[in-house]
Amino acid sequence: MTNDAATAILDQNEESLEPADSTLRSVLGSMLTLIALIVLWEALVRHFQIPGWLLPSPSAIAESMLEWRSELVLHTAVTLYETLVGFALSIAVSIPLAVAVVYSPILQNTIYPILLALQSTPKVAIAPLLALWIGFGAAPKIIVVFLVCFFPIVVATASGLAAVPAPLIDLIRSLSASPMQTFIKIRFPTAMPHIFVGLKIAITFAVIGAVIGEFVGSENGLGYLILVSTSQSRTPLAFGALVLLTVMSIVLYYAIALIERIVVPWAPRN
Amino acid sequence: MRLTPRQLVLTRTSDRGHGAAARHKAGMSKIRIDGLSKTYASRSGRVTALDNVSIAIKPNEFVTLVGPSGCGKSTLLKVIGALIRPTRGVLFFDGDPLLHPTRDVGIVFQEAVLLQWRSVLDNVLLPAEILGLDKRKSRARAMDLINLVGLGGFEGRYPRELSGGMQQRVSICRALIHNPSVLLMDEPFAALDAMTREDLGFELMRIWAADKKTVIFVTHNITEAILLADRVVAMTPRPGRIARIVDIDLPRPRTIAMEFTAQFKSYSDQVREVIYHA
Repeated sequence: MTNDAATAILDQNEESLEPADSTLRSVLGSMLTLIALIVLWEALVRHFQIPGWLLPSPSAIAESMLEWRSELVLHTAVTLYETLVGFALSIAVSIPLAVAVVYSPILQNTIYPILLALQSTPKVAIAPLLALWIGFGAAPKIIVVFLVCFFPIVVATASGLAAVPAPLIDLIRSLSASPMQTFIKIRFPTAMPHIFVGLKIAITFAVIGAVIGEFVGSENGLGYLILVSTSQSRTPLAFGALVLLTVMSIVLYYAIALIERIVVPWAPRN
Repeated sequence: MRLTPRQLVLTRTSDRGHGAAARHKAGMSKIRIDGLSKTYASRSGRVTALDNVSIAIKPNEFVTLVGPSGCGKSTLLKVIGALIRPTRGVLFFDGDPLLHPTRDVGIVFQEAVLLQWRSVLDNVLLPAEILGLDKRKSRARAMDLINLVGLGGFEGRYPRELSGGMQQRVSICRALIHNPSVLLMDEPFAALDAMTREDLGFELMRIWAADKKTVIFVTHNITEAILLADRVVAMTPRPGRIARIVDIDLPRPRTIAMEFTAQFKSYSDQVREVIYHA
C-alpha cells in the first residue's frame, strides 16, 4: 500500500466516519429527550389541571402561536432586525478597534485598559438611559445589542491577533516581511478562529440585548410581546414568543458556526 | 526594487573596489562571531545567556551546537540569524557586520509552525511571496523541494492531514525555497519520535549533499550532533560558553553503522566530558 492510500484511510477514520456517526447519535438523542420532556410537560399540566395563565401546556402554546401567527412573525422580524443590525455594527467597530489596539502601543496603554474595565459594567443596565436619551424606536435596542456584542468580539480579536506562535514571528522577521504582509498573511488568518469564538458568544448575547432593550421601552418586538401578554394573562402567547426567541438564538448561533466552517475550515472543532 | 540590508551592505562593499571584493572570496568565513555576549534582564537579576563566544564557520560547513538546556545554543542561533542583538561582540556574515536579518538565511524550528490555512505547496511558497520572488520559478522550485523530501503528491494537502515528521519536512522545504546559503535549525527533530528523527537526519544530509549550504544545527542529542556534523560545538550553561569544538572526521555519506565505531565513541566521549564536567 502506498503512503498516500494509507493516509487517505487514516483521514476517513479520523475525520468522516467517527464524528459524523457520533454527531448523528447526539442529535438524535437530544431530539428524543426533548420530545419526551414536552410529552411529560403536557401530561403534568393536564394531570394537575394547572391553569393556563400560570403554566400553559405545550399544546396550548402551539395553539396560541397558530392563532397569533401574523403578529408573531411581525414581532420576530423586529427583534431579528435589531439583533442583526446591532451585531453587524459591533463587528464593524470592534474588529478594526482590536486591530488598532494590537498595533498601537499608545492605544494599548490608554484606551484598552479602560475598555476592559468598562467590560464589567452591566450593559443592560444602560438600557433605561438609552430610552431616556433616544426614545422608543429601534435605535436604543440596536445600541444595547451593539454594547453587549462589543466586548466579546474586541477581546477575542485582540487575543487572536496576539496568538501568532513565537517561532513564526521569528520566521517572518528573518524574511524582513512588512507589517502589512505580516498582518494579511499571518496575523489576521491566525486570529480568525479566535474571532469566531467571540462572534459565537456575541450572537447569543445579541438576542438577550435586543429583548432587554424592548423590555425597557418599546412598541414592538418579541420582548415587548412577552411583557404585554403576561400583563394581560395571555401566558400561552408569552411562551410562544419565548419559543421563537430561543429558536432565533439557536439558528443565529448555528448560522455563525456554519460561516465559520466555510471561512475557517482549519479551526479546531469541539 | 526593495533592497534588503544585506544587499545594501554587499553593494557598498563592492563599491570599495577590488581589494574588498577579493577579501570576500579568499577563504573568508561564512559566519564569524567575535567576543559575543548576551545578557537578559530577568526577575532574579541579569542572566548571562552567552559569555564571550567566538567561532568562525566556513562556507558549506555543517556545524552542530550541542549542550544541555540553558547553555545558550538557541540564543546563539538567533544571534546568528540577527533575530536578537548581542549585548557585546560582533557578528560577521560573508565578512561584513550583520545588524538586521538577511534573506540569505533559512530557518527551521522545533515546531513546524505551518500555516493551517495553507496547503503544503502554499506553505512552502510563503517566504517566496514575502520576498516577492518570481511566482512561476518559485512554484517549480517548491515542487522540486517537495519531491526531494519525499512529499510528492502531498502538495495539495493541509498541515492537519500530515504527521509530525511530514510537517517538519514541509518546514525544511519552506526554509530552502528562497535558496539561502545558510540554514539555521533550532532542534528541528526534537519533537519527533526516535525513528522519524533518524530518517530526517539522513534526509537532511542527503539534501545538504545535493545542494551545499552552511548549516548550523542546534540539538541536545550528542549522537545526532556527531552523526550530522563536520564540527560539533559543545556548549555549557551558566553562563553559556563554548567548552570545546570537536572536528568530526567521519567519511560521508554517514551511516548508522558509524555510531558503533571506536572513533564515534571517542568523539562522543570528548563531547560528554566537557558537557558533564561543567
